[in-house]
Amino acid sequence: MSFLGSFGRFWWNFVVGDDWRVAAGLALALGLTALFTRGGVDAWWFLPLAVVLVLAESLRRAVRESA
Amino acid sequence: MGTSTTLLVLGAFLASAVEMVEALTIVLGVGIVRGWRSTLIGVAAAAIVLAALVAALGPALRLVPIDTLRLVVGALLLAFGLQWLRKAILRAGGYKALRDEDEAFKKEQAEAAAAGPRQRVGLDWYSFTVSFKGVLLEGLEVVFIVISFGSAQGRLGAAAAGAGAAVVLVVAAGIVARGPLERIPENTIKFAVGLLLTSFGCFWAAEGVGVDWPGDELSLLGVLAFLGVVSFTLVTALRRERVAAAAAGAKP
Repeated sequence: MSFLGSFGRFWWNFVVGDDWRVAAGLALALGLTALFTRGGVDAWWFLPLAVVLVLAESLRRAVRESA
Repeated sequence: MGTSTTLLVLGAFLASAVEMVEALTIVLGVGIVRGWRSTLIGVAAAAIVLAALVAALGPALRLVPIDTLRLVVGALLLAFGLQWLRKAILRAGGYKALRDEDEAFKKEQAEAAAAGPRQRVGLDWYSFTVSFKGVLLEGLEVVFIVISFGSAQGRLGAAAAGAGAAVVLVVAAGIVARGPLERIPENTIKFAVGLLLTSFGCFWAAEGVGVDWPGDELSLLGVLAFLGVVSFTLVTALRRERVAAAAAGAKP
């Protein structure tokens, strides 16, 4: 159980890290990119923009929490 | 060597270098205080496990369809790389403490000195387990990067060579310095690795869900440049905000 717990924690820290909202935001952005592509939109520009928005929002929250 | 392969080797090299600097601090701290035999056996055991993981998982991933692989690997790299980039931006902006290798080295030495004698199977068990765990945990991130880069691009050998070159360089520098490599600009390297991982992640994950990048692989450079400019702008904004907050706090 302790090994499973450590293993799970390792992967959680590895993928999700300090801010779970970043991973959730990226998953949403990828889902939307897939929907755009299936709808015939060549949405190559969408994911880089979404990444920047997710990053900026996470940094804004980190700065606010440190104040 | 194509653009993406060059960036791939550079990413594996830098990621491996920064993780191995941290592993070196642990190994030196334990080895100097408690002796080298068990410490180096721990390092060798961890290196064998890491090499076995690359050798086993790398070829196995070739069986997965390339679009699925790029989507999964890209999504993981994106999440993982953005964590590195976020932390590096917070450190560069002054909102997170920089890692101090000298302090980590002293802490490791103090803990090694305080731990009592623990002999098992002819080894100093403390030295063996601490060096094994240190190298394994720092190395796992490198293995993930090497396997993901190598499998998604079909260049496992190049990625492994980049990571291996960094290990050799860091070990040589450690032998010459006979101490932790505190002058290595760790946050700058982590910043660069975060940018590379996020850019590759973005590129592959988007390809995995069916996006056609204009200019194909050249788009990777565009994504890297875009994320780079945005990241530097965010660092500048954080620094300004910190100065403004300090000035406001200093006013009577």
